[in-house]
Amino acid sequence: MDLNYTPEELAFADEVRQWVRANLPPETRERVLHHKRLGKEEQVEWQRRLHAHGWGAPRWPKEYGGPGWNSVQQHLFDEVLSEEGAPQALPFGLSMIGPVLMAFGSQKQKDYYLPRILRQDDWWCQGFSEPGSGSDLASLRMKAELDGDEWVLNGQKTWTTLGQYANMIFLLARTDPAAKKQQGISMLLADMSTPGITIRPIITIDGEHEVNEVFFDNVRVPKDHIVGAPGMGWSYAKFLLSHERTNIARIGRSKSELTRLKKIATEETVDGVPLIQTPGFREKIAAVEIELMALELTNLRMIAAERAGQAPGAEANMLKIKGSEIQQTLTELMMEAVGPYALPFNPEAREPGWHGEPIGPEYAAPLGPDYFNYRKVTIYGGSNEIQRNILAKAVLGL
Amino acid sequence: MDFSLSDTQQMLRDTAARLIRERYGFEARAKILASADGFSRELWATFAELGLLGVELAEEHGGIGGTFQDLAIVLEAFGRGMVVEPYIPTVVLGAGLLRAAGSDAQKAELLPRLAEGKLFLAFAHGEPKSRYSLTHVTTTARGGADGYTLDGAKAVVLGGDCADYLIVSARTAGKPDAQDGLSLFLVERGAPGLKIRGYPTVDGTRAAEVTLQGVRVPRSALMGPEGGAFPFIQQASDRGIAALCSEAVGNMQALNEVTLDYLKTRTQFGVPIGSFQVLQHHMVDMYIAHEQAKSMAILAAGRADSTDAPARTKAMSAAKVQIGRSGRFIGQWAIQLHGGIGTTMEYNAGHYFKRLTSIDRTFGDADFHLTRFATSDAA
Repeated sequence: MDLNYTPEELAFADEVRQWVRANLPPETRERVLHHKRLGKEEQVEWQRRLHAHGWGAPRWPKEYGGPGWNSVQQHLFDEVLSEEGAPQALPFGLSMIGPVLMAFGSQKQKDYYLPRILRQDDWWCQGFSEPGSGSDLASLRMKAELDGDEWVLNGQKTWTTLGQYANMIFLLARTDPAAKKQQGISMLLADMSTPGITIRPIITIDGEHEVNEVFFDNVRVPKDHIVGAPGMGWSYAKFLLSHERTNIARIGRSKSELTRLKKIATEETVDGVPLIQTPGFREKIAAVEIELMALELTNLRMIAAERAGQAPGAEANMLKIKGSEIQQTLTELMMEAVGPYALPFNPEAREPGWHGEPIGPEYAAPLGPDYFNYRKVTIYGGSNEIQRNILAKAVLGL
Repeated sequence: MDFSLSDTQQMLRDTAARLIRERYGFEARAKILASADGFSRELWATFAELGLLGVELAEEHGGIGGTFQDLAIVLEAFGRGMVVEPYIPTVVLGAGLLRAAGSDAQKAELLPRLAEGKLFLAFAHGEPKSRYSLTHVTTTARGGADGYTLDGAKAVVLGGDCADYLIVSARTAGKPDAQDGLSLFLVERGAPGLKIRGYPTVDGTRAAEVTLQGVRVPRSALMGPEGGAFPFIQQASDRGIAALCSEAVGNMQALNEVTLDYLKTRTQFGVPIGSFQVLQHHMVDMYIAHEQAKSMAILAAGRADSTDAPARTKAMSAAKVQIGRSGRFIGQWAIQLHGGIGTTMEYNAGHYFKRLTSIDRTFGDADFHLTRFATSDAA
C-alpha cells in the first residue's frame, strides 16, 4: 500500500505538463480557464497538436494509434491537461464511437474512421435520445428500412450535443419493427450533409447553443453504414455508455474548478474580509474539497483494480453520481461567491476575442450561466436516478 | 500508487477476520458486554497470542515491527465485529505515545508487557471543558527535582476504568490554551489521590472520569520533554482519528451488508422491500458513502505516521469529516430501512449505529474537523 505516485509516474506528469505549456496556445488556455466559448477551429487545432505528438487518444490501444499508457498514466494525463487549461477532449469520436468501432466495426470502418477521429477530420455527434425516449432509451422510434443498397431513415433525435459542428452522426434506429423493444435496434452512421437531415438549435437556460434537434426525412445512407450486426445496436449502445462513464466523473476538471472557486472567494469580500475567510463559506468550500479528495481516491482505487485485471463494473456508476454532484456544487458556489454580480447577463463577454468593459469582476460573466448550464450533468449520460437503478441491480443485487 | 496488501497485511486480515467470525458473533458479544469488566480478558489474551497487540512494536519489545497501515487492517476487522476490548486506548494511543515520547527505560519496562496482553493503558487528555480542543488543559503538574504533583480532572478517558497506567497530560507551564507548557506523565493505577470513576458508554465500550488530587509521581514518570508534549499529543490524536476511520469503515461495511440482506428478505405487500425503488436508491447512497469513507480511511492510515504535522493533521481532518458524514448517513438510514426492528437491542443494526455515532464524537466530530480543515494553512 503506497499512496504516493512513483518517481516514474511523477516524471511522466511533468513531461506532459512541460509539453502542454509549450504547445497550448495561450488564448485557448485563457478561454478554457475563464469559461469563455471555444471556437470549433480551436478545438480541432488542439486535437491535431496532441495527435501529432502521439497523444491524440490517451485511452486507445497502441494498434489503433493510442500511446499505450496504463490507467494511472491516463489519469495523470487528464489531470495535468485540466490543470493547464487545455480544452476537454471531445468524447463523441474518441470515447464513444471510436471504441465501439474497434470492438464491433468492420475492418473497412476501422481503417477509414479511426485515423480520422485521431486527426479530428470528422466531428461526430450522438443520435440516441428522442423526444419520447429519454431514460427509457429503448423505446426509441426512429426507423431505418433497407431499400436496395441503402437504409432509409425517418424520425427525430434530440439533445444532440454540438451537432451544429458535426459532419458525422452515429445513431440508434429501429431496423426490425416486429422485434421486441431492445432487439430491433441497430447502430448506424450517417453523414450530416445527407439530404433530408435538418438541424435545429435548442437554446438552454444559460442562453447557450450547445444542443440540437436533428430531423431525418427519408434520409438515405449506404447499406454498409451499419455498425456490426443488425439488431445488436442496444448492446453496442450499452458498451458505449460504459466507456463514457469512466471519464464522466471529470475529477481533474473539478480540481481546477476548485482552484478557481478559491481564487474568486479570495477576491470577493464581506465587510472587507475575503469571502474565503468567512466561516460559512469557507466550510462550504472545505466540504466539497473533501468530497472531491475522497472521489479521487475512490477513482484511483478503481483504476488500481482495473490494472489488477478486474473489469470496471457498475461500481464506476458511482463516479458519475458523485462526480456530477461535485461539479454542480462547484458551479453553485462560484455563482454564490460573486453575489449580486451573478445577475448581469452578458453573453458577449464569453465570445472569443471580446475585449469590452466587463460588468463587475472580470470573472463574473460565466458564473450565473454556468450554474444553470450544469444542471445538465446529473441528467445526461444516464440520469443519476438511472445510475442508482443500475447500481442497485448490478452491484447490490436488488 | 499501490493499493494492494502486503503479505503481512493479508495475514493480519485473515487472522483478525477469522477471530471475529469464530469468537465475536452477536451472542458472544452480548455476553461480553454483560460481564463484570465489560470486555473479555480471555479474548485479550488471544489477541496477544495472535500478535495483534504488537503489530507496530519493535521485535525487541515483542512486536512484529509493522506500520500503521498494518494496524489499520486489524482495526477494520474489529469494526466489523464491534470489538469492545480497549484496543484503541491501549494499542493505538497508549503504545503509540510510549513509542513516540517514552524513555528507553519506560519502553523496555512497559511495551513487552503490553504485547503479552498483561498491561492496559489509557490516554487521559480531554477535560470537562475542553470539548475537542487539544490544548485546553488546566490540569497542573508542579514539581522539581524529586518529582511532580498533579491536580485536575480528565473527562471521558477511553478505556480508563481498566487501565494499569494512565498517560496524563498536564500543564507544567503556560496558559490553559497554550501549546507550550504541556507535559505527559505515566500515572499508575492506585496512586494516592487518583480517582477513576469507570462507566459504560452508549456503544458498549467503557470510559472513565478521572480526578487527580495531589497525585505524586517521580521524575521518571515524565514522558518526553517537560513542557514540550504538544506534538506528541497531536500525533496521538491523529493516530486515534486514523484508527477510528478504519474501524468505522469495517463497521459501515458490515452494517450495509446487514441492511442489504434485510431488504432482500423482508417482505411487505407480498414482495421483498428491496424491490421498491425509493429504498434501492437509499441503499445505493449508503454503498457510495461507504466507498468514499473507505478511500479516506486509506488516506488516513497512510498518513498517520507522517512527520509533516500540518499536512498530516489536515489529512486527518478531511478523513474524519468524511467518516463522520458517511457514518451518520449509513447509521441513520440503516435504522430507517429496517423499520422497528432496527431500534431494538436484540438486533445488531442498532449497535453498529451506536458505535458509528460514538466515533463521530471522539477526537473531534465532522463539524469540528470541517473547520480545522478549512482553516489549515497546509497545502
